[in-house]
Amino acid sequence: MPISHLSHWGLLVTGDPLLYGADASIILASVGIVFVLTYFKKWKWLWREWLTTVDHKRIGIMYLIAAVLMLFRAGTDALMMRTQLALPNQHFLGPEHYDQIFTTHGTIMIFFMAMPFIFALMNIAVPLQIGARDVAFPYLNAISFWLFFFGAMLLNLSFVIGGSPDAGWTSYAPLAGLHFDPGPGENFYLLSLQITGIGSIATGINFLATIFKMRAPGMTLMKMPLFTWSIVATNILIIFAFPALAVALALLLIDRIAGAHFFTIHAGGLPMMYINMFWIWGHPEVYIVLLPAFGVFSEVVATFSRKTIFGYKAMVSSMLVISVVSYFVWAHHFFTMGGGVSVNSFFAVASMLIGIPTGVKVFNWMFTMYRGRIRMKMPMLWTIAFIPCFVLGGASGMMLAVAPVDYQFHNSYFLVAHFHEMLIGGVVFGMFAALYYWWPKVFGFILDEKWGRWAFWFWNIGFYVCFEPQYALGLMGMQRRMYTYPSGMGWTALNFISTIGAFLMGIGFLVMAGGIVYSIFKGERDLTGDPWDGRTLEWSLPSPAPHYNFAVIPTITDRDQWWTLKEQGKQDTLRPRPEDIQPIHMPKNSAKPFLIGVAFFAAGFGFVFNWYVLAAAGLFCIVILLLVRSFEYHSDYHIPVDEVVHTETALGRL
Amino acid sequence: MLNTPESRSGMGHHHAERFPWKGIIGYVLSIILTGFSMWIGLTHAAQFGTALFVILGLAVLQIFVQMFLFMHVTESDEGPPWQVLGLLAGLLFVATIVGMSMWIMTFNGQAS
Ligand code: HEM
Ligand SMILES: [Cu+2]
Repeated sequence: MPISHLSHWGLLVTGDPLLYGADASIILASVGIVFVLTYFKKWKWLWREWLTTVDHKRIGIMYLIAAVLMLFRAGTDALMMRTQLALPNQHFLGPEHYDQIFTTHGTIMIFFMAMPFIFALMNIAVPLQIGARDVAFPYLNAISFWLFFFGAMLLNLSFVIGGSPDAGWTSYAPLAGLHFDPGPGENFYLLSLQITGIGSIATGINFLATIFKMRAPGMTLMKMPLFTWSIVATNILIIFAFPALAVALALLLIDRIAGAHFFTIHAGGLPMMYINMFWIWGHPEVYIVLLPAFGVFSEVVATFSRKTIFGYKAMVSSMLVISVVSYFVWAHHFFTMGGGVSVNSFFAVASMLIGIPTGVKVFNWMFTMYRGRIRMKMPMLWTIAFIPCFVLGGASGMMLAVAPVDYQFHNSYFLVAHFHEMLIGGVVFGMFAALYYWWPKVFGFILDEKWGRWAFWFWNIGFYVCFEPQYALGLMGMQRRMYTYPSGMGWTALNFISTIGAFLMGIGFLVMAGGIVYSIFKGERDLTGDPWDGRTLEWSLPSPAPHYNFAVIPTITDRDQWWTLKEQGKQDTLRPRPEDIQPIHMPKNSAKPFLIGVAFFAAGFGFVFNWYVLAAAGLFCIVILLLVRSFEYHSDYHIPVDEVVHTETALGRL
Repeated sequence: MLNTPESRSGMGHHHAERFPWKGIIGYVLSIILTGFSMWIGLTHAAQFGTALFVILGLAVLQIFVQMFLFMHVTESDEGPPWQVLGLLAGLLFVATIVGMSMWIMTFNGQAS
């Protein structure tokens, strides 16, 4: 077993100095947090204002913080791997340790960095963009967050207790089965993903209901901002794709803890079925994290070119086409499994077809910029950087889609370069554009440009230096998930360059974090609520928006409502008039979503170690909490008119 | 008013007065259906092929129980019939997943 000598189901992972260092820093950080909270008497504040909140804006902030922390955690994993691979025959990481690190890196980046990041943006922007006061089911929204949070905790705990999973982020059977992978690590993977997955499905339903049912009067579907449209497409994908993952994980878990044989050959099971089901979710997942980034780019390009988006209808329909066609391509992840000519041809052609709507979008962004009055602010910089990166990644994706050629590329560094180009150049760049774009709306101040530009260039140069050489390495025969390689393969120089690039991105991350800290103290305050001269409704509100968002729900007549009103000099129509203000109906905070998260965590932990008493106790608490909720009749309240008037006056809007 | 579906359908604000017969019947039915298929699976009460078909049949019944007794498919609001669109999309994706998976798993007729 690992790094470490697990006294087979022994609890604490021991044996490696790197690990003791990490353990010590985790303990120190926790003690530090507890100390600060106690010293400044902040426990009550934390509980009342954050842990029990059902406000979409605060839930969004919590998702955002979690996503950035997880980017740091999984980014550290990435740097450790690149350090190991910088030169041949190194012993910085052993083979088992390397396996664990690429597994946690991939799993955390996808589930606990990219997913919460898109949920953060949905929470932050969608209700404000459509003129709503919260999401359709605020209480469920809080449950989703806590399921994500405790799922993430469970996976990260594996690092200290029991040992990390090590079968790859895909966790293929039969490798991930009990026979080849005993010990609790893989159970941690299965249960933590199962728990967050439930939260993700709930979020998908919640936001689809919000967007379809809670738009301000007059906002027809074709008047919705494109970011909101991208969230529609994303949520359709979430609702139909995540159940496939839930089933695959559940069956593998039953195999592991109850001795079933869904995925083990010797009792008639079919390990390929796991791979098949994983990718039925897995390919749509790529678009689940990418489509919101498309939405962000559409908002940013229009705003910073001061033009309406080119081809709005084509943008909407291409996103919807993507959300359907991306269900029909999953087998391109296992062309080499032996599906045969007809299967491979079908999935190859379907995969290439996806390039068409995606290409349409790229052209539309460029036509929007054409002859626009472009302002190179941070969100726009990230958007412009995205385009060449995405085009390169898309081109290599098309190459991978050619089934016979994929036999060469499959599981090589060519693939690693391709998917990082999509995931960093597409998703992460998009999230960064959004971070700079909506930051003032969320926190009331603008992120500093100078720090932002330094971070931008470190990230961008680092990205190409790190990943372009990997295309070549892949063609030279270097396989993915290799913990080391011999000298004399001709791979050394390229690997070394790649590692330099990785560290440049690491510096980029630190500069970015530094810029955030700097801006907290010195950043320009956003007093107008509209720092970018925006086009959509959220920019008509003060920054940060009041608790109830809109004192009076606006009536919509135009796609770029706020922009149009500004052009006509009629901004005041979106200000509340005292006679229109009525008591505002809002949901009450609740401790139950947090407690449900705790109960899921306990149940999950119990299943990981086959401690069924704990597992049963956790499940029992979940049922009790659901029951208590269903008999709760006072889950809402009204904000009186006086208070609304008072708040709006203080904001200078009355 | 918070313009949520919750408050409109009265779940959040007004209290349901009626006894939730639908819920209770659905609950009992789903327990019976699940229990029966579990019994078949655990006791090998039927041969493999027969058991498979019976369990599939029970699963389909279960879908109807869920949709009509819990999920309010028959209720509707103003606006487009979202639940019908949702069901159609669901049907398309389920057919795709099941059909294509079976196709892939025949491995070009070389394995079974
Ligand atoms: C900060 C820059 C990043 C660097 C330097 C980096 C580096 C790496 C390395 C060295 C590997 C292992 C390759 C192997 O041995 O096969 C890897 C795998 C992976 N990375 Fe990253 N990565 C970065 C960012 C990301 C991001 C942002 C995502 C997703 C949003 C991501 C997703 C993955 C996945 C899914 C794997 C595959 C894990 C597996 O093989 O099971 N990475 N990355
Ligand atoms: Cu794919």
